[in-house]
Amino acid sequence: MKDIEEKILSGERLTREDGLRLFNCNNLAWLGNMADTVRKKKCGDVVYYNVNCHVNLTNICTSRCKFCAFGRDFENQGAYAMTKAEALAVVADAIKNPNLAGLHIVSGLHPTWTFENYLEIVKAIHETYPTLYIKGFTGVEITHFAKISGLSVKEVLIKLRDEGGLQAIAGGGAEILSDRVRQIICPKKATAAEWLEVAKIAHGLGIKTNASMLYGHIETLAERVEHLIKLRELQDETHGFQNFIPFPFLPKNTELGKTVKQTSMWDDLRTIAISRLMLDNFDNIKAYWVMLTVPVAQVALGFGANDIDGTIHKETILHDAGATSPTALSEDNIIKIIREIGRIPAAVDCNFNILRRL
Amino acid sequence: MTTQQAVELLTHGNPIELGIQADSMRKKFFDETVTFIIDRNINYTNICQSQCKFCAFWKKIDSSEAYLLSQEEILQKVAETVAAGGTQVMIQGGLHPDLEISYYENMLRAIKKNFPQIKIHSFTATEIQHFAYKAGLSILETLKRLQAAGLDSLPGGGAEILVDEVRRKISPKKIMSADWLNVMETAHSIGMESTATMVIGFGETMAQRIEHMQKIRQLQEKTGGFRAFISWTFQPGNTLLGGEKTSSWDYMKNLAVTRLYLNNIKHIQGSWVTQGERIGQLTLAFGADDLGSIMLEENVVRAAGTNYEMSINKMVNLIRGAGKFPAQRDTEYNVLKRW
Repeated sequence: MKDIEEKILSGERLTREDGLRLFNCNNLAWLGNMADTVRKKKCGDVVYYNVNCHVNLTNICTSRCKFCAFGRDFENQGAYAMTKAEALAVVADAIKNPNLAGLHIVSGLHPTWTFENYLEIVKAIHETYPTLYIKGFTGVEITHFAKISGLSVKEVLIKLRDEGGLQAIAGGGAEILSDRVRQIICPKKATAAEWLEVAKIAHGLGIKTNASMLYGHIETLAERVEHLIKLRELQDETHGFQNFIPFPFLPKNTELGKTVKQTSMWDDLRTIAISRLMLDNFDNIKAYWVMLTVPVAQVALGFGANDIDGTIHKETILHDAGATSPTALSEDNIIKIIREIGRIPAAVDCNFNILRRL
Repeated sequence: MTTQQAVELLTHGNPIELGIQADSMRKKFFDETVTFIIDRNINYTNICQSQCKFCAFWKKIDSSEAYLLSQEEILQKVAETVAAGGTQVMIQGGLHPDLEISYYENMLRAIKKNFPQIKIHSFTATEIQHFAYKAGLSILETLKRLQAAGLDSLPGGGAEILVDEVRRKISPKKIMSADWLNVMETAHSIGMESTATMVIGFGETMAQRIEHMQKIRQLQEKTGGFRAFISWTFQPGNTLLGGEKTSSWDYMKNLAVTRLYLNNIKHIQGSWVTQGERIGQLTLAFGADDLGSIMLEENVVRAAGTNYEMSINKMVNLIRGAGKFPAQRDTEYNVLKRW
C-alpha cells in the first residue's frame, strides 16, 4: 500500500482501483491514520455539531424500502401523519432549549398528501420560528414532490426555499447510487440519476446539500466505491455538497434484516476512513452517533470524521430499526465527547456557519 | 520503551498512531489468529469485608441480598460449564469473614474429582492473602495447599492500579500493591502461572498508570509467570465511587500502550465485557490478540450496570468481521478448535 500512502500524503487523487484496494486492505489502524492525517490537514481540530431537532412529518410512505423500519401503510400500527399544529408542537417543545439552532425535517412519501400539504407545514414552522434554520427533504422527497405536483424539481426547490424557508437539503435517500441495488432494496423511489439530479439542480440554485451512503446490506464493495466516485464527480462540477454521512444499515424490524446482519465496528470505521480518503473534494465527513453509537462515533472522529451531528431532540427513524443509542444527546454531552479526544467543539448551523466555538 | 516515553505517549500520544505501533508489535508474536476461551465466572459469595468504593457487587453479611453458594450449587455450575463446551472456571468471591481455608480446598477437590478435565483458574491475589490471614498461614503455604487441592492458575484481578496512593482512595481495606505483587511472585515460584490486570478510569494520573505497568513488567522480568495482561475501565454504576466512565478513546490508547510497554508479556486481551462487542472488535487493531472469555456467567460487571451478551457465534463473527481467524483456546493459550 506504499504507493497509495504516497498518493494520500502528496494529496494526489485516489482512483476507483485504489478505493477497492483500501476496502480490501485489513490494516484498520493504518487506514485510520491516513484518514486522520488528511482530516487534520483539511479541517484542523474543530469538530462540528448542531443543536437541532428532528421533525418527521409522517411515517406513512408509498416507498416502503426494504431497509426501512420507519415507513408504514395507513392501516399499520403506529402510522401517523402530523397536522400543522402537531408539527408546531414538536418545535415548541424543542425550542425550550435556548440554544436550538434549527430543524432537520424528513418524512415518508405520504400517498395522499400533495406537495402543498408538506409546504404548508414547513411554511407554518418557518413563519412561527423564523430564526430557526430549516434543513430538510431528501433528494427522494424532492423527486416525489415534483412528480405529484407536476412542477419541475427546480420549481419545487424554489418554492421550498422562498416560501418554506428551506436553507439546505438533507443527505438521505442516496442509499447506494446504483440502480442494480436500488431495484432490489428501494424500487419505488428516486433512481440514482434522479437523486443526483436534485442535488445538481439545488447546487445550481445556490442551495447546499448533504450526501450520504447507506452501506452494509446487499451492495458490493465495488458499488460502495462507485457511489463515492459519483458523488466526487458531481462535487467537482458543482461544489454544492457540504457534508458526507456514511450510514451503516440497521437491520432490526426491516425486510432486509431477515437476511442481512448489522455491520461490524471494523466495517464502520474503515468506511468512514475510506470516505474521507476518496472524497477529496468534500470538506466534512460526519460520524452519525445515532447509528454508530456514541463511543464508536467518538472513535470515528479519529478515523477521518470532523462532524458528530447534533442533539436531535428525539430520533425516531433509526430507533424503529433497533438503534441502541439514546434518542437525544445533551449539548454538554456532545462537547464532552469532543473535548475528551483533544478536539475543539463548534456549534454550527445547517450551512456550517459557526455559531459558537467553545 | 522507557517509563518516561510511556508516560509521554499516554499523555500526548494519538491513539490511532499508537494503534499502528501496537498492531505491528502484535504481528511480531502472532499471525492473524484471535483466541478466546469458553468459561464461566462462579462467584461463590458476594459477602465481602473489603467493600471497595469502585465495586457494585459486595454485600454486608446481614444484607438480604447476601449469598454464599453451597458446594452442590458450585458443582452444578461447573457441570453446566462442561456441558456448554467450557474448559475453565474462574471462581472468585468476596472476602468472607467466616470461611476457613478448608472450604476452598474442599471446593477445589470436589471440582477436580468430578470434572478432572476442567482447569481451575481462580481466586485473585486479594482472596489468597485473605485466606492466608484467616488461616494463619504464609502466602506460600496457602498457595501450596490450594495447588495441592487442584488450583491450576491465578486470575489477575484485584490489581486495579498498583499505586498505594490510588488504592487508599478507592479500596483502603484491600491489599496494597506490594501484597498483590508478592502473591503473584510466590505463585509463579511454585509453577502456578497467572494473568495480570489493570483497571483505569478512577482519576489516576498517566504516570500512575505507567507505574502500574512498570511494576508488572519488572516482576515479569524476574518470574516470567504472567501469561496475559488484561485492562478494562472502571464501571461506575451503583458504586460508592460513582462518577463517569472513561471514554473508549482513553481505553484504546491505554490498550495500545500496554502492548508497546509490556513487551515481555505475550498475550494482550481486549475487553468486550466492559466495552461492548463493537469496541471489543476494535481492540484487535490496537494490539490485542485475544478476546478473553465468552463468559457463560458474569456477575460483577453486570452489578455495575454494564451488561453485554456474548455467544460463540457472536464471538466468531466478531473476529471474522475484523478479517481475522477465530480460535478457541484453553487456559494456557493452546488452540483447541478453529472455525
